[in-house]
Amino acid sequence: MTDHANTPYIGRSLKRVEDPRLIKGQATYTDDLRLPGLLHVCFVRSPHAHARVARIDTSAARAIPGVVAVLTGADVNEHCGVVPCAAEIPDLKAPRHTVLAGERVYFVGHPVAVALATDPYIARDAVDAIEVDYDPLPVVVDPQEAVKPGTSLTHPNLGTNIAYTHRVAGGSDIDAAFRRADRVVTARMVHQRLTPMPIEARAVVASYHEGEGTLTIWTSTQVPHLLRTLLPGMIAIAENKLRIISPEVGGGFGAKLNVYAEEALCGHLAMRLRAPVKWIESRRENAAATIHGRDQIGEYEVAVKNDGTILGLKARSIADLGSYCQLLTPAVPTLTGLVLSGCYRIPAIAIEVVGVYTHKMATDAYRGAGRPEATYLIERLMDIIARELGIDRVDLRSRHFPAPSEFPFQTACGVTYDSGNYAGALAKARQLAGWDQLMAERAAARASGRLFGVGVSTYVEICAMGPSKAMPAGGWEWGCVRIEISGKVTAITGVSPHGQGQETSLAQIVADRLGVRIEDVVVLHGDTAVAHYGRDTYGSRGTALGGSALVMSVDKIVAKAKGLAAHLLGASADRVVFAGGRFSAPGVERWLSWAELAGEAFVAKNLPPGFEPGLEASSFFEPENFTYPFGTHIVAVEVDRDTGKVTIEKYVAVDDCGTQINPLLIEGQVQGGIAHSIGQVLFEQTIYDENGQLLTGEFMDYAMPRAGDIPEYVLGSTVTPSPVNPLGVKGVGEAGTIGSTPAIANAVIDALEPLGVRHLDLPLTPERLWRAIQQHTAATV
Amino acid sequence: MIPIRLRVNGSEYRRDIEPRLLLVHFLRDACGLTGTHVGCETGICGACTVLVDGSAVKACTLLAVQADGADVTTIEGLASDGHLHPVQEGFWERHGLQCGYCTPGMIMSGVQLLSRNPNPTRPEIAEAIRGNLCRCTGYSHIIDAIEHAAGHPAAGGAR
Repeated sequence: MTDHANTPYIGRSLKRVEDPRLIKGQATYTDDLRLPGLLHVCFVRSPHAHARVARIDTSAARAIPGVVAVLTGADVNEHCGVVPCAAEIPDLKAPRHTVLAGERVYFVGHPVAVALATDPYIARDAVDAIEVDYDPLPVVVDPQEAVKPGTSLTHPNLGTNIAYTHRVAGGSDIDAAFRRADRVVTARMVHQRLTPMPIEARAVVASYHEGEGTLTIWTSTQVPHLLRTLLPGMIAIAENKLRIISPEVGGGFGAKLNVYAEEALCGHLAMRLRAPVKWIESRRENAAATIHGRDQIGEYEVAVKNDGTILGLKARSIADLGSYCQLLTPAVPTLTGLVLSGCYRIPAIAIEVVGVYTHKMATDAYRGAGRPEATYLIERLMDIIARELGIDRVDLRSRHFPAPSEFPFQTACGVTYDSGNYAGALAKARQLAGWDQLMAERAAARASGRLFGVGVSTYVEICAMGPSKAMPAGGWEWGCVRIEISGKVTAITGVSPHGQGQETSLAQIVADRLGVRIEDVVVLHGDTAVAHYGRDTYGSRGTALGGSALVMSVDKIVAKAKGLAAHLLGASADRVVFAGGRFSAPGVERWLSWAELAGEAFVAKNLPPGFEPGLEASSFFEPENFTYPFGTHIVAVEVDRDTGKVTIEKYVAVDDCGTQINPLLIEGQVQGGIAHSIGQVLFEQTIYDENGQLLTGEFMDYAMPRAGDIPEYVLGSTVTPSPVNPLGVKGVGEAGTIGSTPAIANAVIDALEPLGVRHLDLPLTPERLWRAIQQHTAATV
Repeated sequence: MIPIRLRVNGSEYRRDIEPRLLLVHFLRDACGLTGTHVGCETGICGACTVLVDGSAVKACTLLAVQADGADVTTIEGLASDGHLHPVQEGFWERHGLQCGYCTPGMIMSGVQLLSRNPNPTRPEIAEAIRGNLCRCTGYSHIIDAIEHAAGHPAAGGAR
């Protein structure tokens, strides 16, 4: 290690240190693990959305050579507890969620039986040979029907399809606001169900070590630490005998922010059979039995004055939860209420969310988790209001922005935005988009009969989740830094990156703060035996919270090292100066490097009195608030009048995620997030038919964007540091998905404005647009 | 069991296999080359893309017995003499990957493109990787990565 470094690293677009193993095919994903004596797990899953399981005959499967065990709910459920839900919702009615189905199945894909064999192909043979007789039962698929009295029940023993009703009223008197209004603008919007679809589906390997009585589970998860906290309650192993490793993880997007039945069951099977087991989820299983996202239907009323002043907002929405509560299922729709007022000063808000059970896979946190819904709603509403009042939509927005000096800004939704400069991001985006010229292009296109539209969204979201008082299992983050005896630096983080690049960005933070070369820093994560504590990766928290815990640890080490340096330099501790990785004192010629200090600290022959050997510190960082990134997206589209196909002509995004650690990685996060939005706006929808059959169970049927569907981006940023953590970082993992969806949708609707189209629900597929064009063209002729 | 013989990344593999074994599982399990990934088993996602006799092929849509006698290049075989292949280099330089799961297949498709068209336009690159799904990057950086590699004298070569 050299004594000084090429700092600062923060703010530089460094290439990722994790890439070489990934681009050479040397990374280890869960399916790449090879354990001796491994048994392969395969599930029988229900083809019915609701049925009684009349009979399961496993005899033919058991007779297949290589099949080791075939088990049903009757065999395993009493040993595997219930799949946990951590959401704190008062009066939540929740069904008991066992790892395999009991006497009934409640969704297509519900696991009914499990086969284990010495070879994965034989395990599939076994599943094919298991006979299950089902007696189909009435199916509940439409959440709007499900809330009506007297309809069929998803879970008859609950006595209702309504899981909960969540009401929030904030700010001033909502009824008074509506009485004062010149008019009330209303809209009904559907936020369609989506499937996260990481390219690596889920995967689990479990191995029991009988001598030690310990269980190791490798699983493709975002949350190894939450699993270590929650699995012991399911499968009778002590927390300190359970090790969770999330090796290389092939994408998550919230789909792997969960505790799944299969993870618990694989752990149980490894202990029960005294053999390591592996389950690799197929794509069809992933589409049917890994969580879905979104799926809210809402009715919205906005009280406005004729000059555009917004007085109040009422929202009533129905959230389709599916058949079970996974980890955060009922909580996600309530998050929508937290940022429903968007970037705007809206004095009175009243929200009602009704969570409803249907015979579908559970919904849960998919990229953005509740905030994309909120942002889509408020940004569509702003356009609708502007149009009804004949006011410029950009003026309407900026008139309701709080000024930068008004932060921290308390909203009627009950949260406090940490910092912001919404007008700054808007101005920069307009400049990058060439707004006036874009408007001129639109005018020219319209004059020639083309359907050309421009959409804007000015968004704010919630990141760095979060303060422990607001998080079910604590929201702090943990980090440990050790100066090794060689002077190399090991940083261990409790967050669990899976593509975000934090082996690089966290190393940038640590190297800068220690004044060392980044090549000398290694970031470890994703193994509960290495990173003892953590709250993992979701809610755009990794860099803001994980980075802050490392900063705290570095600061503790620096303070400690100053004491040792004072002793070795013969100076008093308060005169020791630390800069650029060197410890020095005025009037003392020599200086000390980290390597020299670490050597002394660990060899421990010449330490000051009372000095504890070693140079290591760990810290829990507790944020005082969430962070609130924001930005403006501007999109221009053209809709083909004959086919309904949308072409994105221009895409400008200005995102403010606070202090930027690595702009290249931020760009990657934003672009990836926008691609999810392009999918949501133009292509994607998880569809169940009237029998609860999943029609989008493969990549073939679930249309995700491909390379040719992506525009050339113009990306910009502003930097408004967060005051709630020492780095000023806000987070960026979900911003693209949150800001982008309404911008694209607004652009498409704007393109159809000359035809009189006021609103269309997503996805805006060629068919839906073509029908709208036909209908409105006929109407205007 | 059927005997087959394949050349993979320059080494010969002789194995007796079940006729139903997919090429991707042969590569991963019989050859121990786990850099080739499985994303869907229906030929849609392209995570399993390898070069078979120089052509990009989705190894989940081919039985191993169909590849008997073929010369296969996987992601592990692209770098030579300790040097990254230009397409691998491009992915590193231009942040063409996040979780990395689709990356081996993307890189193989990029190599095939550049072997046929050394200086593709961005739309041509997008078209060439239409058979490869990525859920992380939004593709733009992947196109940058392949563009970065284009024009390099060794960009289209693979053994």
